[in-house]
Amino acid sequence: MFGFHYRLERKAIGLVLAIIGVASIGGAVEIAPLFTIHQTVEDAPDMRVYTPLELAGRNIYIREGCYACHSQMIRTLRDEVERYGPYSLAVESKYDHPMLWGSKRTGPDLARIGEKYSDDWHVAHMNNPRNVVKESVMPAYAWLARTELRTDDLPNHLKAMRAVGVPYSDAMIANAAADAYGQAAPDSPFAEGVAERYGGATTVRAFDGDPGKLTEMDALVAYLQILGRLTNAAQKPVASAEK
Amino acid sequence: MAIEERDAHSGYLTTGHEWNGIKELNTPVPRAVYFFLIATAIFSFAYWVLMPSWPTGVSFTRGLLGNDQRSIVAKSVRQADLERGVWTKRIASESYSAVQANPDLMKLVRESGRTLFGDNCAACHGADARGGKGFPNLTASSWIWGGSPEAIAETIRVGVNSPHKDSRISQMLAFGRNQMVSREEALNVAEYVRSLSDAGPVREPAGKLAAGKQVFLKNCASCHGDDGKGKNDVGAPDLTDRSWIYGGDLESIYQTIWNGRQGRMPSWENRLSDLDRKILTLYVVDLRTPR
Amino acid sequence: MQVVADVIAQFTGAERRGAFFIALATALLGLAMAVTGNGDSFGAHGALVLAASIITIFCLIRSFDKPEPSSERLQSYYDEPTKAGIVLAMAWAVLGLFVGDWVAWLLVYPDLTFDAAWASFGRIRPVHTTGVIFGFGGNALIATSFYVLQRTTRARLPDQLSPWFVLWGYNLFCVIAVTGYLMGVTQSKEYAEPEWYADIWLVVVWVTYFAIYLRTLVRRKEPHIYVANWYYMAFILVVAILHIVNNLAVPISFGSAKSYSAFSGVQDAMTQWWYGHNAVAFFLTAGFLGMMYYYLPKRAGRPIYSYRMSIISFWGITFFYMWAGSHHLHYTALPQWVQSLGMTFSVMLLVPSWASAGNALLTLNGAWDKVRDDATLRFMMVAAVFYGLSTFEGSFMAIRSVNSLSHYTDWTIGHVHAGALGWVAMITFGAIYASVPWLWKTRGMYSARLVEAHFWLAVAGTVIYVFAMWNSGIIQGLMWRTYTEGGTLAYTFTDSLVAMRPYYMARAIGGLFFLIGALIGCYNIWMTIRMARVSATNTAADLQDAPVAALQPGE
Ligand code: HEC
Ligand code: HEC
Ligand code: HEC
Ligand code: HEM
Ligand code: HEM
Ligand SMILES: [Ca+2]
Ligand SMILES: [Ca+2]
Ligand SMILES: [Cu+2]
Repeated sequence: MFGFHYRLERKAIGLVLAIIGVASIGGAVEIAPLFTIHQTVEDAPDMRVYTPLELAGRNIYIREGCYACHSQMIRTLRDEVERYGPYSLAVESKYDHPMLWGSKRTGPDLARIGEKYSDDWHVAHMNNPRNVVKESVMPAYAWLARTELRTDDLPNHLKAMRAVGVPYSDAMIANAAADAYGQAAPDSPFAEGVAERYGGATTVRAFDGDPGKLTEMDALVAYLQILGRLTNAAQKPVASAEK
Repeated sequence: MAIEERDAHSGYLTTGHEWNGIKELNTPVPRAVYFFLIATAIFSFAYWVLMPSWPTGVSFTRGLLGNDQRSIVAKSVRQADLERGVWTKRIASESYSAVQANPDLMKLVRESGRTLFGDNCAACHGADARGGKGFPNLTASSWIWGGSPEAIAETIRVGVNSPHKDSRISQMLAFGRNQMVSREEALNVAEYVRSLSDAGPVREPAGKLAAGKQVFLKNCASCHGDDGKGKNDVGAPDLTDRSWIYGGDLESIYQTIWNGRQGRMPSWENRLSDLDRKILTLYVVDLRTPR
Repeated sequence: MQVVADVIAQFTGAERRGAFFIALATALLGLAMAVTGNGDSFGAHGALVLAASIITIFCLIRSFDKPEPSSERLQSYYDEPTKAGIVLAMAWAVLGLFVGDWVAWLLVYPDLTFDAAWASFGRIRPVHTTGVIFGFGGNALIATSFYVLQRTTRARLPDQLSPWFVLWGYNLFCVIAVTGYLMGVTQSKEYAEPEWYADIWLVVVWVTYFAIYLRTLVRRKEPHIYVANWYYMAFILVVAILHIVNNLAVPISFGSAKSYSAFSGVQDAMTQWWYGHNAVAFFLTAGFLGMMYYYLPKRAGRPIYSYRMSIISFWGITFFYMWAGSHHLHYTALPQWVQSLGMTFSVMLLVPSWASAGNALLTLNGAWDKVRDDATLRFMMVAAVFYGLSTFEGSFMAIRSVNSLSHYTDWTIGHVHAGALGWVAMITFGAIYASVPWLWKTRGMYSARLVEAHFWLAVAGTVIYVFAMWNSGIIQGLMWRTYTEGGTLAYTFTDSLVAMRPYYMARAIGGLFFLIGALIGCYNIWMTIRMARVSATNTAADLQDAPVAALQPGE
């Protein structure tokens, strides 16, 4: 073995190829089957896509780096299930490009935060977490409520998502900007289209408390309120565990 | 070609190469390295045989133990439920008053209730349940929706102005914005409302209070009662006590009257079990029980 | 700016023209980005690229018609990029450590963000990680790899332009990355946060880097390739593979910074941690092992303890590490079979890791007196110890049941910094203190006592940091899963948050020690360089290099 190596280490190209070969095996064996083994991602016929507003909120979540402090992955451990709710399923992040499972819990897990608190609470909390939770070390995000949401490029966002495999329809793409507005303005004529395209159960509310103005706060709260609610699959007791 | 030398300090031969002065000894690999390599490999093989581990294209090896993290956690949660059954069964089956009369059970209620409350309710009502702006103080002297355990349990189950189909519904109308009262009337009635709970000296001319009272009786009494003590069935709070949801200073009261309020309390039916909600009810009731 | 002019003066005519065209091309690219990305952060980055290119062009033009250098230069190693790389590494170190400590204080005083978006925790945390790993670590790796490569192959770098392109391009990448985070541009993939255009740019830079390495290796005058170069090679190659696969994404338009990852959910998670874990393995481990394999024996004046052990550990590390990424996803929605593989390979990985650490420490046999007296060598020794410690810890944390406690907690942060401060930063400081006098041709560092002071501050800072995080991490993990006698959760999340505060304070203080040490290091290096300039008498003789027997000249 050492003799072989003694020769190998005299060949630059040989060494390069050997390194590439040896280093490629692990990833190939672990990643490729995740696409071919069907059970990897559970079936959930009720799974819906993010609305444009929720997607915009998700992008704000990414932009602000919330994932640095919050996980969105409830592990299969008793204490996590008892504290946060049913453990997360793979299908729940099927439309998450990229996933936001996180690796650090400076703050609590958010996988099931949707509808746990009211919109008002989220707005107050984001404006200054210490106003509602005095021990909090979370930063204040007061500028979100002051910043208008950019919607003109939303069709492009949906198109890119479709390119990576999320089933957005042409109508969804065409109406992305109007739907974003409508979802946060329940009394506006645009509100109806949201339910039509994304399902009657879609939440249409003035998330930041002001239906007249579409802000980044609207988007972020809309996103937080849908977390864990895109599908009901995880709520069915021990969904696919017995398989 | 390589000329091996013997290193004086260690006594080993070098490989005979030199890179800018750096040489290498040809010391054999210590036995321990091979030993641990083999030991960890044996451990791994054993683990692979016992546990799910290798992909086979469209499936994977399940391992002899049939270990599956999802069924394991489901089982451990069920098991824990069973073990807690010793006392939770009694809480679930006995009446509120029976549990309240039992100090042992109440100790468990306080203990588990504190965490349940802390992880679910404290965000709004505060860890000490004393509320904050927009979120009621649960230790205050009067209740918005009634203080019986049944009423509290119902509030927790369905929430207030929540998406739950049986949700309690309440709304403080936007009297000012919707032009039901004038600015002056609003100011007067705000002054009056403030005076209901504030026994301190009133600087304002008494006429204002009298005018405010008229406005109150005309517009507000239907919900808050003639005496301003509130009505549980419409969720209108008592305005004569010293606790406020939205603040008891003139400005806040005026804001409430002008813009209206519609507090939202989530429904917990789908998030917390019947038992957890019963524990929380008992915990909340207990907060006010003088001890 | 004299320094820049001197560098350009050494370029041949062809190299000057090449540099000019590259700078022109990037200027046009920057312009195109600035125009198409008008109103988007993409446009701001275009302006940044444009500005960097214009400054470069300006510098080039000023020195364009200096006389061409004599061919004598080809008879010595080309160390100018290494010098620049070391200075850049120290600059990034100060920035990255400062931001790290700021981030640490933010968890004690969360209102230090003064209502500014760019200053919030989530935006500056990646500035810290990118600043230290890619800015500090990356520059140190590039700088030392050029130095080591030439000396262990007895070949001069193939040309004088491509190393500068790598250094310039790489730092441009880092600047785009950190300014991007401040503006909110991020892919959110840990350690791969930069967006698609920065990622593509890095591929170009990296391929050039690889070409330099290969071209020099092929022209080497030593029959055998030294082990340091195996590691540097593995670092370059594997990082390229990881980077390209993990960053596959579809931009929403060619005028916008935003893109969507090609993978989603569970496949994305596995790809991300295959990348993330091996960024640790091949950036923070393999690269720095390459560094250690040169500077430690050189400084100690001892032969490597065992050539054979080097082989075992090198291939062990290269093979096993690539399987271990799934230990970041224990008990998650990632199928359990992958977790099993990640765990078992992590356990096996301990053996080659300890073999490397052992090889380094045993190399010091016969030189322990030097370790006692020489803080530079002591930096390297302590680094090897922390390397052993953090890999042991890592393999331990990779065991599922241990990970169920440690994951998501500060224990991970403690482990990270045992590796990052104790291993990565210490070996780098050791290597830098060793090479600065060699490069600038002085008898030693400006002040040995300041090196000593830096050493103790670094050790104290690391120990305080790591102990604080072990404590907080384990307390946190235990509080989350502690049950009362009645069988219900004993603590709320907020209870655990309150318990963390003293440890967060301690960590921030430990980090401050570490930062002050690095500042002292900067001062010391700066004074050494000035010392060298003042006594420019000490010319040709390369104090530490063995006599250069017929060096392979550059092309
Ligand atoms: C410095 C770390 C940090 C960052 C960054 C951070 N958070 Fe938090 N977050 C916390 C902590 C700590 C808590 C728990 C205390 C509290 O409720 O404020 C928390 C709580 C929360 C909660 C309530 C969770 C619950 O179950 O009570 C939500 C929702 C939330 N954060 C959302 C966000 C969003 C959205 C962002 C980004 C825009 C964000 N956080 C950024 C630390 C952080
Ligand atoms: C999102 C914020 C929020 C959370 C979380 C929340 N509440 Fe409430 N709660 C409210 C608001 C707002 C009200 C007042 C509603 C109204 O205006 O009538 C309220 C009212 C109540 C009342 C009725 C008080 C009265 O005077 O009649 C009870 C009891 C109560 N909450 C208990 C709980 C418990 C127990 C939990 C946790 C399981 C909880 N709340 C969680 C916001 C919240
Ligand atoms: C339709 C029924 C209704 C009428 C009429 C009504 N209120 Fe209310 N009021 C409510 C409800 C319900 C709440 C609680 C709102 C909440 O909890 O969000 C409330 C809350 C308030 C509060 C806030 C109490 C606190 O603790 O902060 C004030 C002050 C108040 N009302 C004053 C008035 C005055 C003055 C009028 C007449 C001008 C009036 N209300 C008429 C239903 C009514
Ligand atoms: C002055 C010294 C340093 C201080 C005070 C410091 C502080 C911090 C803080 C506060 C965090 C965030 C932890 C959290 O989210 O809870 C962090 C993360 C991190 N730091 Fe440092 N750091 C320092 C030096 C370094 C160095 C030298 C490196 C690498 C060479 C490094 C690499 C990292 C990495 C990789 C993370 C991310 C860890 C993770 O996501 O799990 N740090 N650091
Ligand atoms: C045998 C070698 C090692 C093994 C098996 C190992 C294993 C681990 C494990 C199990 C985690 C925790 C994952 C989690 O629960 O989230 C982790 C995190 C980490 N380790 Fe190591 N480790 C090793 C060596 C190192 C070294 C030498 C460094 C050098 C700096 C390092 C840097 C990191 C970083 C940066 C993280 C944080 C990743 C993140 O969550 O962002 N590790 N490692
Ligand atoms: Ca992390
Ligand atoms: Ca990237
Ligand atoms: Cu890892």
